[in-house]
Amino acid sequence: MTKPSIEELKQKAIDLRQTAITMIYEAQSGHPGGSLSAADIITALYFKEMNIDPANPKWEDRDRFVLSKGHVCPIQYAALLHRGFVPMEKVHTLRQYGSPFQGHPDMKKCPGIDISTGSLGQGLSCAVGMAIAGKRDDKSYRVFAMLGDGECQEGQIWEAAQTANKYQLDNLIVFVDDNNLQIDGTCDEIMPNLDLELKFKAFGFDTRRIDGHDMQQIVDTLDEIRNIQHGKPICIVCNTVKGRGVSFMEDVCNWHGVAPKEAEYLQALEEIAGGLK
Amino acid sequence: MMSTYNVTEKKIATREGFGHEIVELGKKNKNIYVVDIDIGKSCKTTEFANQLPNQHINVGIAEQNAAGLAAGLATTGKIPFISTYAVFGSLRMLEQIRQEVCYPHLNVKIACSHGGLTPANDGGSHQAIEDMGVLRTVPNMTVIMAADYHSTRKLVAKAAEHYGPVYLRFTRDTVPVIYGEDEEFEIGKAKKLKDGKDIAIIANGDTLHLALKASELLENEGVSVKLLDFHTIKPLDREAVVDCLSTGRIITVEDHNILNGLGSAVSEVVAEEGGAVVRRIGVQDKFGESAPYEKLLEMNGITIDNIVATAHSLLK
Repeated sequence: MTKPSIEELKQKAIDLRQTAITMIYEAQSGHPGGSLSAADIITALYFKEMNIDPANPKWEDRDRFVLSKGHVCPIQYAALLHRGFVPMEKVHTLRQYGSPFQGHPDMKKCPGIDISTGSLGQGLSCAVGMAIAGKRDDKSYRVFAMLGDGECQEGQIWEAAQTANKYQLDNLIVFVDDNNLQIDGTCDEIMPNLDLELKFKAFGFDTRRIDGHDMQQIVDTLDEIRNIQHGKPICIVCNTVKGRGVSFMEDVCNWHGVAPKEAEYLQALEEIAGGLK
Repeated sequence: MMSTYNVTEKKIATREGFGHEIVELGKKNKNIYVVDIDIGKSCKTTEFANQLPNQHINVGIAEQNAAGLAAGLATTGKIPFISTYAVFGSLRMLEQIRQEVCYPHLNVKIACSHGGLTPANDGGSHQAIEDMGVLRTVPNMTVIMAADYHSTRKLVAKAAEHYGPVYLRFTRDTVPVIYGEDEEFEIGKAKKLKDGKDIAIIANGDTLHLALKASELLENEGVSVKLLDFHTIKPLDREAVVDCLSTGRIITVEDHNILNGLGSAVSEVVAEEGGAVVRRIGVQDKFGESAPYEKLLEMNGITIDNIVATAHSLLK
């Protein structure tokens, strides 16, 4: 795969957002808000950064991706569809019996899913296990994990973080999709996360805070950290907006797990096509 | 086929069997890992840590993390054995085991010491009386409790060869060596120690030697006893249960709550097949307390005398 330009990546992010929203609309079930906030990071990882092979999803030297906030799998499924891991005709099967596209990621059913997730707070531990194995086996693969800011309220996240520090996992890159919304309201009102960048730094991570919707900044950050070997796990806290790209979904708590109706769906497609403002 | 056994004066805890076998397995297969949770000394994994540091991880006091981490290791082809106490290995990390180990059917072993009432003086908080029952209800999980040192070694080795999640329960206190070191074991296949026609006694783990002794007392009275070691409670050896039905009377013996353990598993088959009365000896759905192990067994009727008395009541 030739490395795409920033403009091409922005177009990919549009494609992924439209596909994810289409899947959720057709299923009349799923999580649009978080899918849209994670879309640009997922796009950069799947279409530029990660060393993966759609023809050989289980390739043992591949980079791994752990979607700890598993409920936003429609955006990951969109990436797997557009990247050729799953044939495009499966796009219509989200949450259907026998589909590779389960309501939350299932590694046994969907090619390209490196670990089943869905119960919040657990994915980082899995990523740490993969990264330790990579170090012990002297492999050059990296492990990317995406966490939601809400799920950072789970204590297990910090158990995993301290382990990543102990085993000096500089092959582990954690993205936090910091959109400040969870089901019952804002994170600030439900359970304040305080400064997640500071928290990960205190746990021994090399940290960054970026705009998670600025493709140039995402790509620049990935370029900058690519060959780092300093013995520290890396955490990139991304300022994002839940529902980003669809005006009536942006920063609206209720769009956490609600599917759009037809008129909303058509408007969403149109707004997404215009690209991020 | 009948098993050969010979109860000797020698006593050794099953956790020692795990500690010895896992080192041998780790030397032979570099994919075998041990994930410790700060209690390697009592779970007998320090020798593994010393000899095979590159295959050893200690996550500190963080059980939930251990389960997810082991799942991550397993996706890369490792065969991790998580080592902790049974009460934590089953309950503290239960949902993580369900989500990240059993649901994706990953090759992770949960190898737990201090099963049943054996953490006796530590009190009810540390005694694991629900562990096998809870894990038995999670799909894809295999649940094993061996009766002595040699069977533990053999079944740990079998668990390493078997692809998929396995819960292995060891115990703290020493128990008599029952089997010879060449005895072979198969996951899911009960061992028949005695064949008889009047009554069947089904036991597992640390209670097998009690059942053996009770069966000898009964035989001295002229009672013909069938005795089985159900080292695997899931998958349960249905055929072996059916084989017991001809006696019409079954006694189960376990160091576990009578709810959802060996006794329940056997009763399920009997209910479906019909033909026998079952009496369950085990923890009577109550928590333990700090006391010597023998005292706790006595409190719950997990004794040779109670097995014999229960047999008498059934034979009336």
